[in-house]
Order: sequence, then C-alpha cells, then structure tokens
Amino acid sequence: MAAEADSRLWEVFIRARNGLAHQHAGSVHAADAELALQAARDTYTRRGEGVSLWVVPSAAITASDPAEAGTLFEPGTTKPYRHPTFYAVPDEVGHM
Amino acid sequence: MYSQALDQHDRAAPDAEPEAALARFQARIDAEEKIEANDWMPAAYRRTLIRQISQHAHSEIVGMGPEGNWITRAPSLRRKVALLAKVQDECGHGLYLYAAAETLDVSRETLVDQLLTGRAKYSSIFNYPTLTWADIGAIGWLVDGAAIMNQIPLCRCSYGPYARAMIRICKEESFHQRQGFEIMLTLARGSEAQVAMAQDALDRWWWPVLMMFGPPDGESQHSDQSMAWKIKRFGNDGLRGKFLDATVPQARYLGLSIPDPALHFADGHWHHGPIDWAEFRRVLAGGGPCNAERLAARRLAHAEGAWVREAARAHAAKSADALAAKAA
Repeated sequence: MAAEADSRLWEVFIRARNGLAHQHAGSVHAADAELALQAARDTYTRRGEGVSLWVVPSAAITASDPAEAGTLFEPGTTKPYRHPTFYAVPDEVGHM
Repeated sequence: MYSQALDQHDRAAPDAEPEAALARFQARIDAEEKIEANDWMPAAYRRTLIRQISQHAHSEIVGMGPEGNWITRAPSLRRKVALLAKVQDECGHGLYLYAAAETLDVSRETLVDQLLTGRAKYSSIFNYPTLTWADIGAIGWLVDGAAIMNQIPLCRCSYGPYARAMIRICKEESFHQRQGFEIMLTLARGSEAQVAMAQDALDRWWWPVLMMFGPPDGESQHSDQSMAWKIKRFGNDGLRGKFLDATVPQARYLGLSIPDPALHFADGHWHHGPIDWAEFRRVLAGGGPCNAERLAARRLAHAEGAWVREAARAHAAKSADALAAKAA
C-alpha cells in the first residue's frame, strides 16, 4: 500500500537582485505555502542567492511537451526578418 | 494570487502614518530600488502607473491600424513579411504592457473598456493617416525612432514590471526603425516619383512626430511628480532634442529636406522652429484626422471578438466540469 502523501511539490522562483525577474531555481516538498517558503529559503538561499522568493504549487504549472518543441517553436526560428541585422543601414548613418 | 497579495499588502500599509510611509517609499526610489507589485506604494503612484502603462498599451494596439493598412499592398514579399512581423510585435508589446498594468490590481477588461469608451488616451501620432507606401518607411524611421528615444529611459523606470516589459520591448523594437529607414533609403535612391513620395511622407509626419514627446517641460501636467518617482527620467524637451540630433543627419543622408525653415544648428545641437501645440491638443481631444476611424476599428474588433471570448469561457467551464467529474 502506498503511503499517503503528507506534503506536495512546490516550484521555487528567486529574484536574484533588485529589479530582476524571478527565475526558476528548483522545487521543494511542503505541506502548505508558508512551509514551502521556509523550505525554499533554507534549501535555495543559503548563500545570498536572492532578495525575494515565490513558491507555486507544481500542480498549477501547465508545461509544453518537450517532444513537441521542434514544431512548437519553429515559427520563431525561420524568420530572420524579425532581427535588426536583416536590414541594411549604411555605416555612414551610424547606429540605429 | 497576485492580486490577493496586493490586497493584503495594501491593508497592511501604515495608514495611520502616511507621511512616514511616503518618506520611506521616496527613500526606496531615491536609492534606486525597484518597486514591485507586492510592495506598498502611494495610491497616486499606482494611479499614475496604471494611466501611463495602459495608455502605452493602448498606443501599441491602436498603432497596429495605420501600418496594418499596408500589409496587403506591400510592394514585395520582403517588405510584406517585415511589416507583418512588425505589426505582430506591436500586438505583443501591447500585451506585455497590459500584463504589467494588471500587476497593479486593475483588470484587463477595465483597461480595454476605458479605451473603447474614449476615457483613456493613446499616442496622438496614430490619429494620422497612412496615405502612401512611403508612410510605412516614415513611421518606422521617425515614429519608432521617437518611440525608442522615449522608451529607453523607461527601461530604468522605478516600477519593476514596467521596466522589465520595456527592456523586452526595446530589444525587439530595434528592427522596426531599421526596416523603416531601409524603405526610406530605397525610395530616396529611386525614381523621381519615389523620391517625391518619400519627401511627402517626411513632410506630413515630421511635426506630428516632434509632438510625440509631449508639451514643453513647463506645461507638462504630470511631469514633476513622475520625475520624483522616477517613472520618467528625462524631460520632454530633452528627449525631443536628442531625437532631433539623431534624425537631422539621417534625413540629410537620405537627401530629403525637413519641413522646418527655422531648423538650425547651434551650440552643438539642432534646434527646431515653433511647434503647433494647438494641433497637438486638438488631436488629443479627439479632433485629429483619424481619431474616429481608429476608435471605430477597435470597437468593431472588440465586438467581432465577443464570440471568441464567449467560446473560450464555455470551453474552460466544460473542461473544469470534466476534470471535476473525473476527480469525483
């Protein structure tokens, strides 16, 4: 018989410095949001890694399928005209 | 969850000592700390940001209209894909900005409603028509050039979510001005008729573009407090001057003339002649050549999208029911 889970998985996001966006750091197990924050503090920020933490229930995350990445992101990789270097601006005109 | 957190922090604000709270807030700003969505902030700071960010978002969305006008008539496939990509970017930029505004605890629906009912403004520049293909070149070169001048300082705005949205936007926008300049250069090196078309576009867009930076510093309604709060980093006149210094040599390279007889170079900078601020106020008040058309287009798009929103809600509700049934 499987043991009953007494905690669930949370995803941890850290704001490394003032002004930056939170970035995913990893996960923790905890029974509720408050304990998850404490666990995240203890697990991921022992060396001054950040100034702010977010924890989000892992179950709340909907992820794309990595196996589908090729087709999913293809439209973003085949359009060189979305990049500034596609357009010719003569050197004499300077930075634009 | 985001907005719940906002509510809690607002209630926890030391209302009994607003002076102290305001001083602490200003000290954080002065120390170049970024203000984040969950932080306490003065109600006026929140209102100012909601107004500015949402109007910025509305500008991106309304701005798709004048350029979208030329997608089906672009002169080559190269020009067409570039214009499509640019208009897609503007839509994306509008969405980044609406999302940044929503971190301030205002709903997307409220913001869109303010635009559709005419209570919220958007940039005056989008109330001018795009009459020829050269206008697409002029918009990229001049309108986006002016927008970049305005937006680069906003990357350092004191409100974190807005600053981060602006960093993304500025990075993506670097191609917009270059594609516009490329169009202008092609026309300016083309036939007599093409050169005339480029000059006509510059003649019509020049003054409205200078107006984009807003009224002279002495008359700007919201400037002083916005500067103190570091929402805004530079005055309107300073940014207009920077734009002028960058753009006048570019116009000369194109061989086009700027329609300002008083334009002159002194003290290391270019200086423009008097701007017709009565026109600016008229366009802002709704009396520009295309105000009615732009708003009508937004209202029509919103009305025609109603069934999509309704269908998405119905599908979400059905999926939630199915999930609940499975769990039961």
